[in-house]
Amino acid sequence: MTVTTHSADYTAGHSDQGAHGSRKAYLIGFWLSVLLTAIPFYLVMSGIVQNREATGVLLVAMAAVQIVVHMVCFLHMNGRSENGWTMMSLIFTVIIVGIVLSGSLWVMYHLNVNMMLSPDMSQMP
Amino acid sequence: MQISFDNFGSERVFYLKDEHEHAEGGSTMLGFWIYLMSDCLLFAILFATYGVLSTNYAAGPAPKDLFDLWTVALNTTMLLLSSITYGFAMLSADEGKQRSTQFWLIVTALFGLAFVGIELREFAHMIHDGATPQRSAFLSSFFALVSTHGLHVSFGIVWIVTSMVQVRMHGLIPANKRRLMCLSLFWHFLDIVWIGVFTFVYLMGMLR
Repeated sequence: MTVTTHSADYTAGHSDQGAHGSRKAYLIGFWLSVLLTAIPFYLVMSGIVQNREATGVLLVAMAAVQIVVHMVCFLHMNGRSENGWTMMSLIFTVIIVGIVLSGSLWVMYHLNVNMMLSPDMSQMP
Repeated sequence: MQISFDNFGSERVFYLKDEHEHAEGGSTMLGFWIYLMSDCLLFAILFATYGVLSTNYAAGPAPKDLFDLWTVALNTTMLLLSSITYGFAMLSADEGKQRSTQFWLIVTALFGLAFVGIELREFAHMIHDGATPQRSAFLSSFFALVSTHGLHVSFGIVWIVTSMVQVRMHGLIPANKRRLMCLSLFWHFLDIVWIGVFTFVYLMGMLR
């Protein structure tokens, strides 16, 4: 008898893993995404911000916020699902992605700059 | 040479004595999540490649000559709408409503098809203008990144149709709900990748 109760408990403990979001969460996520998509497109298409760097920073910031919105509202990310293992693997992936992206851009940018043939390069020893 | 860990007579035991019962499919969601994370790395590499090569035009066309932001905005709308309709399909599946699950799944698949269709039309347009993947490093990396995403969406549509057949045959049994849940993660993940694509490839490309 105890065995049955134990396994039933176990199943019950596992069934909440696929915590589906509520209709409210989906709708909030959707409208936030609409807003966070429309603003960047408007910024670029209208060219309302003259400074290109500022526009770029705004675009990246809004993309980052929208990714978090999707993660929370659509993918139902939280620190509790699967005893925190989904969050752990996500953090690990984000670190690796950060290293790959920033490392590639950094190294290749410097390579490009140093390989550039400038006139005073020929005078260098 | 044979290594044996069985050491009868003493207390050394190298296996769990009382193996507790695992619910069927109890590890599926975590496994699928780890697959998605590996897919994330794949896209990160393609993004890095694009980031490095995106200004190497080889005297060919630049983003400003090629991209039409209205098309991209339309495409983004399609993908975003398909995300929310998939959410509705999941909610219906949770409530055990099979007909409405099937309805929202087919709506999602249609939005997905619209997305792939618009993207293919854009590609055809570019290739017709001579902006083929062979033209420059920028275009090679552009086609590699964007069409990998497009391929993912296409396979997602195949998966949606497969799931619809499964649900029709067996109903909303736990196994089918689990499959729909995996597909939900996959579909929303593709939307997240698309956020990166439209921001870094299209919008940032137009700023240059």
